Parts: sequence; C-alpha cells; structure tokens
Amino acid sequence: MSTARHVDVAIVGGGPAGLGAAMALRRAGIESVVVIEREAEAGGVPRHCGHPAFGVREFGRPMSGPRYARALVGKARAAGVEILTRHSVVALEPEGRLLIANPDGALTVTARRVILATGARESTRAARLVSGDRPLGVVNTGALQAYLYLQGLTPFRRPVIVGTELVSLSAIWTCLAHGIRPQAVIAEGDRAVARWPMGLFPHLLGIPVHYNTQVEAITGTGRVDGVRVSRNGRPSIEIACDGVLLTGHFVPEASLMRSAHIAVDRNSGGPAVDQFHRCSDPSYFATGNLLRGIETAGWCHREGLALGRRVAADLSATPALAATIPITVAPQLKYAVPQRLAPGISGNAPALQLRLSEPFSGELVVTSGSRELLRRPLRSRPERRILVPLSNLSGADDPITIRLQ
Amino acid sequence: MADPAAKCNSYDVAVIGGGVVGCAVARRLTLDGARVVLVEKGGDILSGASKANSALLHTGFDAPRGSLELACMQQGYAEYLAIRAELNLPLLETGGMVIAWTQEQQAKLPSILAQAHVNGVADARLIDADAIHAREPALDRRALSAVLVPGEHVIDPWSAPLAYLTQAVANGADFRRRTEVIGGRFANGAWSLDTTTGPIAARYVVNCAGLFGDRLEAALLGDASFTIKPRKGQFLVFDKMAARMLRTIILPVPTERTKGVVLARTAFGNVLVGPTAEEQDDREHATVEQDTLEGLRQAAIAMVPALADVQVNAVYAGLRPASEQKHYRTRRDDERNFLSLGGIRSTGLTAALGLAQYARGQLAQMGLDAVPLAAPAITPVPNISEMAPRDWQADGHGAMVCHCELVTEREIVAAFATPVPPGELGGLKRRTRACMGRCQGFYCSAQVARLSEGHLTPAMAVAS
Ligand SMILES: Cc1cc2nc3c(=O)[nH]c(=O)nc-3n(C[C@H](O)[C@H](O)[C@H](O)COP(=O)(O)OP(=O)(O)OC[C@H]3O[C@@H](n4cnc5c(N)ncnc54)[C@H](O)[C@@H]3O)c2cc1C
Ligand SMILES: Cc1cc2nc3c(=O)[nH]c(=O)nc-3n(C[C@H](O)[C@H](O)[C@H](O)COP(=O)(O)OP(=O)(O)OC[C@H]3O[C@@H](n4cnc5c(N)ncnc54)[C@H](O)[C@@H]3O)c2cc1C
Repeated sequence: MSTARHVDVAIVGGGPAGLGAAMALRRAGIESVVVIEREAEAGGVPRHCGHPAFGVREFGRPMSGPRYARALVGKARAAGVEILTRHSVVALEPEGRLLIANPDGALTVTARRVILATGARESTRAARLVSGDRPLGVVNTGALQAYLYLQGLTPFRRPVIVGTELVSLSAIWTCLAHGIRPQAVIAEGDRAVARWPMGLFPHLLGIPVHYNTQVEAITGTGRVDGVRVSRNGRPSIEIACDGVLLTGHFVPEASLMRSAHIAVDRNSGGPAVDQFHRCSDPSYFATGNLLRGIETAGWCHREGLALGRRVAADLSATPALAATIPITVAPQLKYAVPQRLAPGISGNAPALQLRLSEPFSGELVVTSGSRELLRRPLRSRPERRILVPLSNLSGADDPITIRLQ
Repeated sequence: MADPAAKCNSYDVAVIGGGVVGCAVARRLTLDGARVVLVEKGGDILSGASKANSALLHTGFDAPRGSLELACMQQGYAEYLAIRAELNLPLLETGGMVIAWTQEQQAKLPSILAQAHVNGVADARLIDADAIHAREPALDRRALSAVLVPGEHVIDPWSAPLAYLTQAVANGADFRRRTEVIGGRFANGAWSLDTTTGPIAARYVVNCAGLFGDRLEAALLGDASFTIKPRKGQFLVFDKMAARMLRTIILPVPTERTKGVVLARTAFGNVLVGPTAEEQDDREHATVEQDTLEGLRQAAIAMVPALADVQVNAVYAGLRPASEQKHYRTRRDDERNFLSLGGIRSTGLTAALGLAQYARGQLAQMGLDAVPLAAPAITPVPNISEMAPRDWQADGHGAMVCHCELVTEREIVAAFATPVPPGELGGLKRRTRACMGRCQGFYCSAQVARLSEGHLTPAMAVAS
C-alpha cells in the first residue's frame, strides 16, 4: 500500500527539537503539522535517559528523561501536532517530498516546508579506528541506556568507560544505578573535557580515572575481557573488564542529507545552514543536535521552538535562496553554525555557535574581507559552548573568517 | 526423510569445517545422493577464514596457469552464475580494473593481460587513462592505464555459503555446530570420529578445516602434509554514500606475495578497502590496528579523493588459511577414505563450488557411489543486497529495527526460524545486516538484544 499526503510542515524526528518546532508552528496557527518519528514512541534520546535532570526550564522542575519526553509529547499533542510513530523517513527529495517506510507499507509526504531534527549520536568504535579484537560488549552510552531503560537488559557488569564529556557522567550514573561497576575511566587529556561538577566524582566513587591515556587495544574472543591502555610514553597497562563504554564524540545523524541533495558541512557534520537554520534547499530547515552534535535537551528544545516560529512566518513567502556570505573557521575551531549568512540579520535569529577542537587561550577575531567585525578574548576548551551574537556580524558584505590568535 | 542410519550418527561422508568450502562440499555431495554431516566447531558456519574477505567473484585471470586453483575458480564462478537465481544470491556486475599508477606498474600490464588470455578470460583488455576516467570519474587522475576484466564481480560472501548449506540440510544433510573433531580411527572401511559432542561414524572424511586443516590432518592421519601459515588481511568499510563514487573494482598490480589492496563496492552499497597481508602464528585472533587502518583509509583516498569526507562504518580483519606453498593443498588417502582441501588461501569464496565438484570427483574415484537426487529441494535464502527489494518495502513487516541498514523485526525473527539459524551475533549480522550500519548499534542494538534472547551464545546481554 502506498499513499501520498500533503501537509504544511513535516518534521523529521520527534525529539525535543522536533517537538519544539511542531508546537511552535501549531501555536502560530499553522494548520497541518506532522512529526515523523521512526521509533515506537516520540521523545527522542531522553526516552532512555533515566538519569536526572531534564526540564528545569521547560517544566519548572527537574524530571527524569523519560518523564520529560512524555511531557513534551503530551504538550505537542495538546497543541494539535500530529505524530506518526514507526515511520522512518528513508529519502529526502526536492520540493519537500519525503519518502517514508512504515509497517503498513510506503508513504509519501509532501510538505511546503520540512524541518530536519534527526539528532546526533556518539561515534562508533569503527569510526574511531580502535585497535584490537572485535568482541561483544563495546557500546555507546545511548545503546547502554536503551538496553537498561527500554529493554530491561544489561550488556556488561564491569566496563571501562572511555571519555570525559558530559555524557560520560550520565554513563557513570547509569552504570551505578544498575549495579554495574565501572573499572576505570580513560581520559584522553590531562583533565575532564566537561566541567565535572564533580571533577572528583569518579574518584570519590572509587573509580580510577587515568588521565593522558588512550585505548591501545580491546581484547577478548566472544566477549570483551580487557583493554590495554597506553599512557603517553609510560608502559601500557591492562585493565580487566567485560565491556567498553565509548562515550561522546557526537556526530550529527545526517545520513539522510548526505545521500540527498542537501549540502552537509564537513566541519559540523550537520547540514549547512544560514542564520535562520535554512538548508541549501530553501524548503528545508534543520534544528537541534543535527546541527552540530551535542547540546542539552533543553537547548535543543528552545532551538526547535524558535525555528518553528520562524518557519511559520516563512510559509507566507515563496521559499528562495538569497545570495549568502560564507563563514570559514580556523583549524583550531571545530565548526561554526551557521555556515553562511543570508541578508537581513535580525534580532530573532540565533547566535553563531562555535566550538574548539583544542584548548585555546587568546583572542577570537572575526573579519569580513578586510574589515574587522569583532575581537574579543577567548579562553576555552573543546566541547564548551561559545556564542557570538549575530548583531556583531551585521554589516558584513564579504566572506567572513573566524580566526584565533 | 527419517533415516535410521542418520539417527545413529552414521554417514557416507563427514565434512569437517563449515567455512565456504565445507558448505559447498556438503551441498554437492548431498545433491549427488550421499548422506552427509557437516561438523563445525564454532557456534555458526563461517567461524574461520570465510567470515571476512573481499567478497570478489574472480574470473581467475591472474591465477597460476594450469593449476587446480584456476580450474576450481572457473568452475565455481560458472556454477555460482548458474544457481544464483534459484538460490536468490546477488551479483553486482562491476568489472575490475588492474590499474597502473606508476610507469613500473605499467610495464607489467602486458604480461597480466597475456596471462588473462591464456587463462581463458578472453574479454580482458588494456584501456588507457581516458577510458579509465570515463568509466570512473571520481578516480584520482594519476591512473595511467589498466587491464579491464569485465567478468570480475562482487557477491555477498555470507549468503552464498549459507545458501549452500541450507540446500544441503533441506535435502537431508545434518549440520552439527559447536562440535569439534578432536581425533578418530579408520577401521573396517569407516571412520569413527571423536568429537566434543560425541562420536560420529562416516565412511569418508573431507577435511575442510581451513585455518586448522593441517592440525586436523595430523589428528586423523598422524601426520600433516602441509603447514598453515595464517596471513591476516585488515579492511575498512566506508558508508553507503561512497557507493556512488565507484563502480568498478580497483585492483592493484600484484606483487609476488599478495594480490594487494583492493577498492571495491560491496553488495550492500558500501565501499571497502583492503586487505593487508600480514603473516602471523595466531590462528584465532584477527585483530585490527589503528595505524594500519589509517593507512588503508589513506590508500583509499589516494585512489578516490572524495572518500576523505566519507565516514568509516566498519573495520574488520580476516585470516587467510595460507600454507608454506602458494597452491591449494590437497591430499587424498585411498587407504583411509580421506580427502583434504587445504590451504585455500585467497580465492576460496570463488572456488568453493568448483572445489566441491573436485571433491565429488575424487570421492567417486575412491569408491563413493551415490545416485544424484532426482528432484532436490531448492531453497532460496534472503537476498539482502542493495539491488534486491527489501522487506521494509513490503507491508506488515512489524517494525524497522535497524534504521541504518533498514532491517525489519520480521527479518530478524525469520532468521532464527531458518534451518541454519544464527548461533552468535556475527551470524545474525551476516544474515540480516542488523547493527552493521553507520551507527553500529547505537540505536538498535538493545532491541536486537531483546529479539535475539535465547538464540545467541554469547548472548548480547549478560543479564535481564
Ligand atoms: C546518553 C545521553 C545522555 C544525555 N544526557 C542528557 C542530560 O542529562 N541532560 C540533557 O539536557 N541532555 C542530555 N543528552 C542530550 C539530549 O538527549 C539531546 O540534546 C536531545 O535529545 C537532542 O534533541 P534532538 O531533538 O535534537 O535529537 P534526538 O533526541 O536525538 O531526537 C531525534 C529523533 O529523530 C528521530 N529520527 C532520526 N532519524 C529519523 C528518520 N530518518 N525518520 C524518522 N525519525 C528519525 C529519532 O528516532 C529521534 O527520536 C544526552 C544524550 C545522550 C545520548
Ligand atoms: C582477507 C581475505 C580476503 C579474501 N578475499 C577473497 C575474495 O575476494 N574472493 C575469494 O574468492 N576469496 C577470498 N578470500 C579467500 C576465502 O575467504 C578463503 O579461501 C576461504 O574462506 C577459505 O575457506 P575454508 O572453508 O577453506 O576455511 P574456513 O573458512 O577457515 O573454514 C574452516 C572451518 O572449519 C572449522 N574447523 C576447524 N577445525 C575444526 C575441527 N577440528 N572440527 C570442526 N570444525 C573445525 C573452523 O571453525 C572453520 O569454520 C579472502 C580471504 C581473506 C582472509
């Protein structure tokens, strides 16, 4: 059975960002707003984040991820959003045409505007080219949580945790809440990537943290039986364990765009957008973690809400791509989002988001052609949020370059 | 057919080893009327060399002239094409190009072409740089010229052996997994094999033990006629978006030791680069190494620069059952009804069906008489290649479980209900592609763990 539908706005992905966009569109009076979600339930990643604390800003109190996800879905439904679950978008085509697979067959949805909100995921063992055997028990935090919270299963009992991003804390919390005993935390740098409120936290729990180390090899036939850890010149050590939890190194889930006509930025890994978060195809927009890898759920939700309002206004115009000004970044910067500026910098466009690929202390300098638009001190580390208000960039006519010096 | 002889574990032929060669031999002998048992020590077929290879169906254009290897490859190639429609096996008709990137390599092309012609690969021909780039616009411009071999193709290296054994089982063969042959005696015209799960009696033994072929020979005959020298090959698989960058298999000009690093599409719409050729003593561990993998990635980018922007989805390594000599190592012992198909180093996927015909012929000469089945059961297996329609496109598939590879719940459940079901996660992945895509299980592994409960050892979950 193959059917076709026409809607005002279709949203691909029912996580905090997609649901936010959908609610805002309905509240702005847009008639037909459909969220297309491939899982059995909408809500996105928070569905399996059993740890606190979500929703403090949205709902005024800390909630667990699953409760937060249910609350967002309830709010979206109450706003009149239609949510199609178990519907996987398998291809994006020009003119807002989406090819969708669902258990009853195929479906085509054509939308006047499409909002992409497919989120981000942690990078895999293969993509990290980790050496060693390839046994069972090497998983990401997202998968671990899906085992525990969605299926009631446990993939290992004594894992080694790799990484020290914010999500690594979720990983530790999740393990301990389920009687899983992390054997060690492997930290690449000389300190945690995230601001561990608990820089001490793992130590206090008796979990050794090995700074300046890397996984040299995973060992085990069948199941993981250990990892060998290299320590910057010092002799390697072997840690016995029955699993490896690879945390962080988020990458946008942009595979749909990569195989479609929509431009993807090689720095962010997400679709290339202008300051209104419009993609290279003017009827497509993007929001949430798809834009750049990881931010908090609340941030993504607000990003979605704001985009929903802009798209509601955009529906009265004919989608068109104006001439834009490209933004390029120095190598020490991992990415800049947006990647280009359309004419008409206005107050309601979100700020420029930057992230570092290595620790930096010095000055951030933004130029447009020969004009210097901004110079300000910057002292930060990778994975920390860096924002440049767009008002700083108004008046730029030539390509924009962002440098660190 | 409830055969009382089968019940008391007495067979015409015991095929030892469920690699691609053993699966093909079990099929051939069964279809030709023998009562066969396939004995495999692993939890599934393809526990050894056959689980990880380049997936190329070779024409034999570069195989040693007049060799058993060449004959088996060409028979195997022909039979694969003949049976693939009825067994539902894919064929990605890519052609291959042996590319010269340097003057030195270019000087070798005429002799490669001459050998191809001697080997009966008549359509092989030299092409120039313009023709190369017209065929492969994404290829780096340094390519000078090439031998084009139109008949080199890509197949699914896992569905083929599965189909062979499935057809054998459907026609009466027994499959004993998690059963290692540890010794045996030949007396009164029959073998009595000692295994880890009890004795097996068979008149003939065919040794298809791959990386352990020499050890099995020694265990059963008292001495081994060859020594396995495992040779590791590492690979790296690029995401599906790479498929549009490449059509033809890119083969290097070979050296004495190895066929060299290949860049090829897979039947599933990815692009792979590999293998390396690394000698080692270990027969069990095929580890991957970061530096080597990075080297392979760079080698691929040197051939197709656009691959620099493509994610690596998977890395793997396989061990070739090479021996101290280059050719296939066969041993026929007429006194003891024993046949070894050993040292099937780097062409066994192609040659398996040909080796099976060869084994059938040898056993006939050794006195095995059997009447071919009049109307054998034909048992197609799922074709999950990118060329075939997939289950997610059909109604009522339950749910999409693996979003990257578009694997449905119905496909996973069905895999466990087949005559040769998966016994370990690797086997489930090979049969369905679940967890084999770009996220490697970030989204779906928990659900796959749930659906596979009770079927896999080791289980995906340690507790529930
Ligand atoms: C392990 C983990 C722990 C975290 N802990 C916290 C925390 O404690 N606090 C916090 O604030 N944030 C946390 N986060 C981050 C937070 O979950 C994300 O910021 C937030 O979920 C991002 O929202 P999103 O809508 O952009 O994407 P997602 O939540 O990822 O939602 C994307 C949705 O799109 C759907 N989708 C994708 N592709 C398709 C397709 N082709 N067709 C249909 N649907 C599709 C997915 O199924 C998913 O539902 C955590 C993240 C992880 C992975
Ligand atoms: C890197 C690489 C790339 C390759 N590329 C190609 C290619 O592109 N095209 C091609 O045609 N070929 C290719 N090959 C070659 C092909 O994969 C091998 O020739 C083939 O897999 C050998 O199969 P086999 O059945 O002889 O051995 P195996 O697959 O090793 O099978 C032997 C089986 O016997 C079992 N076993 C061992 N001892 C015992 C015992 N005592 N009792 C019970 N069971 C036992 C093992 O567990 C194993 O499953 C490649 C090989 C490698 C490694």
